[in-house]
Amino acid sequence: MIRVEKLYKRFGRQEVLRGVTLEVATGEIMAIIGRSGSGKTVLLKHLLGLLHPDAGRIVVDGTDITHLRGTALEPVRRRYGVVFQGGALFDSMSVFENVAFPLREKTRLSSAEIRERVEEKLARVGLSEMGHKNPAEISGGMRKRVGIARALVTDPEIVFFDEPTTGLDPILVNTMHHLIRELHQKSRFTAVIVSHEIPEIFTVADRIAVLHDGVIVETGPSQAIQESANPLVQHFIRGEVEMTEKKL
Amino acid sequence: MSDPDARPFPLPVRPIEALGRLALYVVEALGRFGRFLIQAVTFTFVPPFKVGRLLNRIHFIGFRSLTIVILTGGFTGMALGLQLYLTLIRVGSEAFVGPGVGLALVRELGPVLSAVFVTGLAGSALTAEIGIMRITEQIDALQVMALNPMRYLVVPAMVAGVITFPMMTALFDVVGIYGGYVVAVHLLGLSPGTYFGEMQSFTDMTDVMVGFWKSLAFGILVPWVCTYKGFHCGHGAEGVARATTEAVVLSCVLILVFNYFLGSVLP
Repeated sequence: MIRVEKLYKRFGRQEVLRGVTLEVATGEIMAIIGRSGSGKTVLLKHLLGLLHPDAGRIVVDGTDITHLRGTALEPVRRRYGVVFQGGALFDSMSVFENVAFPLREKTRLSSAEIRERVEEKLARVGLSEMGHKNPAEISGGMRKRVGIARALVTDPEIVFFDEPTTGLDPILVNTMHHLIRELHQKSRFTAVIVSHEIPEIFTVADRIAVLHDGVIVETGPSQAIQESANPLVQHFIRGEVEMTEKKL
Repeated sequence: MSDPDARPFPLPVRPIEALGRLALYVVEALGRFGRFLIQAVTFTFVPPFKVGRLLNRIHFIGFRSLTIVILTGGFTGMALGLQLYLTLIRVGSEAFVGPGVGLALVRELGPVLSAVFVTGLAGSALTAEIGIMRITEQIDALQVMALNPMRYLVVPAMVAGVITFPMMTALFDVVGIYGGYVVAVHLLGLSPGTYFGEMQSFTDMTDVMVGFWKSLAFGILVPWVCTYKGFHCGHGAEGVARATTEAVVLSCVLILVFNYFLGSVLP
């Protein structure tokens, strides 16, 4: 379980997180949704240990990671898989080498075992024939799928997706969401998805947390969020920009 | 850290506040810069060692700079030979062209110019590469894979610098000495025996070691500055471009500053 308690973060004069409290149960898919600039990515970076809060606590399966740095964070990070917004693939390596990289660096698997695992993960994301290509030679959607294969190759217990469908066409958005759901059913990892793909995200996530202006304004199952009486939530999921801004 | 909600100081005090803020910024920046080096040096001696990355960096910094070092070394030696000959012949001392070329190259120009050219070629590329990795979240990706970016990106570059800079300097010196030889002996008619004989009389191992220690210092300095700037670059293409410019300028300035101080301390 991931537990976030009253998390505060400010950059200079700008207060980005203003007491975020959130719980992600083991094995569930939790989506954090909210407008651009609401603090979703900052919250995600705190969960990954890339940023440290001004106040509050983050506990991952009983381990308080709030103030852990460097090697102290490694045991927790070994259980993580992360899909970055732009893929964050290493330019100097082929698609195959990118997916194989965490295994080569962090395990004692033989070359044959690594090859087998990488080919299996690439097949799962539908990129069996793309292993020899350079990341620059494949499309944005393919790069995101390679990112998913790389994140899952170590069979992590917790997978974070940072806006996995941003910049993709509607068909690819649905394909990606379907892929995430399918992979989750096979591997049963805990997933945290940062997204603003409405309404598609409701079909993927078990529960949704709505982040608005640095605060979680509502958390609940997809259906409950869609039927929420909270005007901020309704305005956001309906895309009623003007009314949301009036509230601000 | 300053409180962002603090009320501004009265107008007459603000210049003093600005000066204090600047001083704090400089001290903080120097502290970060120093801590970066200490971390890199520490990881250099702590396993696991990334031999593959090191060989890649030796190729990146050393092998790719070979052509430019040979070209610039040759022409520097030729220009030195020409100017020294034309100056010394006025006082009948053209026999000292060899020692002049040898000493100038081995003690000063070899380490300094080879370091400057390697900075322009490989140092800038190093900053740009790491900067792009920073803005495209590749460094974050390394971190969340529980891999230390210092170990992957900085340590191999610094060790490669320590290995390749003295070799580049030696190459620059040798090619430069032969460049001076071609001009002084083959074009201007100085005897080969005089050129090399006098050079041997006036240049000894101490001079070679001065050049060696300088090149070793630059081999740490240039990768240190270039990787630091890449690691801490700003946002977007503009941030990478600014970091690359700053890395090259700062490296070149520090090369000249350290060259002077090392030249005054070393025998």
